[in-house]
Amino acid sequence: MGNYVGKSMKRVEDPRFIQGQGRYVANLKIYGMTHAAIKRSPYPHAKINSIDTAAAEALDGVIAVFTGKDLADSGVNPIPCGFTPPDIKLPPHHALAIDRVRHVGDGVAVVIAESAYIAYDALDLIEVDYEPLPAVVDAKAAAQPGAPQVHDEVPNNVSFTWAIGDEAAVNAALAACDHVVELDLINQRLIPNAMEPRAAAAQWDSAMEQMTVWTSSQNPHTIRLLLSAFTLGIPEHKLRVISPDVGGGFGSKIFHYAEEVIVPWAARKIGRPVKWVATRSESHMTDAHGRDHVTHCKLGMSQDGIFQALHIENYANMGAYLSLFAPMIPTALYHTLMAGLYKTPVIYGVTYGTMTNTTPVDAYRGAGRPEASYVLERLIDIASRDLNMDPIEMRRKNFIQPDEFPYQTPVALIYDSGNYDAVFDTAVEMADYSAMRAEQAAARAAGKLVGVGVSGCIEASGAGPSAAVVSLGAAIGLYESGAIRVHPTGKVTVLTGAHSHGQGHETSLAQIVGDELGIPISDIEVIHGDTERLPYGVGTYASRSMAVGGGALVMSAQKIRDKITRIAAHQLEAAVEDMVYDRTTGTVHVKGAPDKAKAFGEIAFAVTLANNLPAGMEPALEETSYFDPPNFTFPNSAHIAKVEVDKDSGEVTLLDYVAVDDVGNIINPLLVEGQIVGGVAQGVGQALWEHGAYDAEGQLLSGTFMDYAMPRADGFPQIRVGRTVTPSPSNPLGVKGAGEMGTIAGTVTVVNAVMDALAPLGVRHLDMPLTAEKIKAAIAAANGGSN
Amino acid sequence: MKVSMTVNGKTYTRDVEPRMLLVHFLRDELGMTGTNIGCDTSQCGACTIHMNGMAVKSCTTLAVQADGATITTIEGLANGSELHPMQKAFWENHGLQCGYCTPGMIMAATKLVENNPNMTEAEIRHGLEGNICRCTGYENIVRSVKAAAAQMGGGD
Repeated sequence: MGNYVGKSMKRVEDPRFIQGQGRYVANLKIYGMTHAAIKRSPYPHAKINSIDTAAAEALDGVIAVFTGKDLADSGVNPIPCGFTPPDIKLPPHHALAIDRVRHVGDGVAVVIAESAYIAYDALDLIEVDYEPLPAVVDAKAAAQPGAPQVHDEVPNNVSFTWAIGDEAAVNAALAACDHVVELDLINQRLIPNAMEPRAAAAQWDSAMEQMTVWTSSQNPHTIRLLLSAFTLGIPEHKLRVISPDVGGGFGSKIFHYAEEVIVPWAARKIGRPVKWVATRSESHMTDAHGRDHVTHCKLGMSQDGIFQALHIENYANMGAYLSLFAPMIPTALYHTLMAGLYKTPVIYGVTYGTMTNTTPVDAYRGAGRPEASYVLERLIDIASRDLNMDPIEMRRKNFIQPDEFPYQTPVALIYDSGNYDAVFDTAVEMADYSAMRAEQAAARAAGKLVGVGVSGCIEASGAGPSAAVVSLGAAIGLYESGAIRVHPTGKVTVLTGAHSHGQGHETSLAQIVGDELGIPISDIEVIHGDTERLPYGVGTYASRSMAVGGGALVMSAQKIRDKITRIAAHQLEAAVEDMVYDRTTGTVHVKGAPDKAKAFGEIAFAVTLANNLPAGMEPALEETSYFDPPNFTFPNSAHIAKVEVDKDSGEVTLLDYVAVDDVGNIINPLLVEGQIVGGVAQGVGQALWEHGAYDAEGQLLSGTFMDYAMPRADGFPQIRVGRTVTPSPSNPLGVKGAGEMGTIAGTVTVVNAVMDALAPLGVRHLDMPLTAEKIKAAIAAANGGSN
Repeated sequence: MKVSMTVNGKTYTRDVEPRMLLVHFLRDELGMTGTNIGCDTSQCGACTIHMNGMAVKSCTTLAVQADGATITTIEGLANGSELHPMQKAFWENHGLQCGYCTPGMIMAATKLVENNPNMTEAEIRHGLEGNICRCTGYENIVRSVKAAAAQMGGGD
């Protein structure tokens, strides 16, 4: 056993954050720095007849104003899409719109000024002559005949059609089923809202012909690659991308954004550093949104509740442009999860990715998997009610059993490991499920609307096996780098291609390396987020950093230990096979002779001196590894929520929430619990409050925190967290992803609970968010009249 | 306009535009970037500071309104190298993840506890309604505030 892994250690990165020393991009100050502000379209869809920038340019303190044409004329290329299934229609996405704007917030010009105040003043002086065009907002309506066309390159607004499974077999199976649940549902659009608004800054060094870009990104190497090979063409060895402290991402900071193109381009153009920081309103208009599906689904089963077939037809709103991974979310990360925890033998799913006059949609915490769980777990919830069966009992009847792993699902994935009954046993016990049901019965008898909701969710996390993601349509494999550099005095720098933006990698990765090498974590510094300091890294998303990034560090540590062992054997004149590396103390000794030993620090120093090394050995203690896992990891969960619906106001109160997750082995329980609880809160936010809403004409209605209902502290009871541990065989640490499970399960669990509360009124399904207004109307309708 | 204020124990005088927000004054004029900006509608509380003994959202205050004021920001909350009990409690209870809302959260929570050291959990949750966190689900923030309240025992 190690000294650190498995222990709840407080974070080494916290002192800087709690003292106001976070190094966010917005805090950056560079000598001669200028400030950028972006003129954005107030129209969802319009032709640009002309842009007059003269008055803005004449304002004192304005350095330059540039338009989309300026960028295109100087050779800036459109922003690419990194997931391209066959026959996809790829409309160009310019960093600044050239002749047409396609969503509210689409950029048309950038002002560079001596101060941000002046830059914003100048925006008001830019005259854009727009010719408004009809707009389309809804994912499904966009694909109907006669809908306004968002791009000439995308006929009928359908960018791609992606299907999996044998539809004929599924239809035949459904026709033979005793019972089929059929449901239309909407998984509403969300705005991710990391608390740090996006920011970008850039400095061009004309003497060295080098560009440095600071950006609030989850994956700086990906941004460097895209800036170099696609958008700006700056040679990669002359381009440094730094993502320092990043204030939350939740997926929204994965993608290559327009401002990451505009800011460095402008910095080189004017020969001065440029900084741009989004306002919250800009975040709402331009951060890639999440979800936004319109789905028709059918689950067929036998009379005793054994699932036979599942059919999904889904329209996924891509927004006005295809964001970096957008087409991957409602396809390879969605339909492939439709088996859930269950042995449904045949599954068919199809998604139409449609273009609309809305902000682009891409990965948001869970990314496709919450949408999949929502479909499946809503269907099962309704089925259990139809067949008058306890919802947990129905799920248990269909579980994949522990001895059936690895389990090949009918939708491409091979599950690694799991024990779903054990997860549910723990949740049932923690929640005291039967007592909860008894309390519900008593409350109902007293005329109250109390509901209990359950869900059992699964996630493919830790992306991923490169071969698998590429075969599903990704343009790039998803491995990770991890390097360990041992300094002469035995201090250690750990370099990871993963990026921490709240996850606490500076602590958890140090725990791993500390235990692998047997050294104190106070001797370890974890470096991330700087392309010039690190080997190529893929970045942090899809709950991959411990499974894949951690795996790479385990590989490097193994190499370091091997080398230390060989040096110690040489110096102690013993055979390498007779050496023992003690990982609790960081010493190597001869088997059976603990006093014949060398300490980690001694060897580190000896390597640097290079005066007594085995013949031919290189005098360095530095190793880099790349881990490409053999499979995804499959964390899974059993969540139970209890809610009360106010009969008069329709307001939902969350009374209790139990989250039991199996995320495999755990490096730091404190951090994992933090991820689960935070994830649940985001899931509950979708269920009850949040909605990235547009009106029918394409105006963004939820443009600020005044109109977008973020979860607040008083919206929650204490969320109770439990766990089971089924290690993953897919990585050396046995870990599974922990970052998204809470969100995946949280949404559908609470919706199921509210629907359970409303069941006595005969309400079968309501679309999210389950606001008081919506529920009040449903109660009134159920009562056969107005309220 | 000339403004003068005491920030974290030191007096600063600057000539500013009348429209300059206090948060920009602190960040851009004084270089104290610990106070973050999370929204533009005074909803998120990331920019919360102490002004004349009250928790104030510095994005909704003009620098000129703070003329003559005594201000504490997150950078000035600790007593030298000794962390404030609220800072310590956030660290010990994993009350932060990305850290962006944290300065405002700590500044708001400090005044809440000073005003009422014996808050119930519901009162803490209600008291933090003006501060948005996207990472933690608030659970560990509430724990942190409870722990700090026990340490602070009555405020100052």
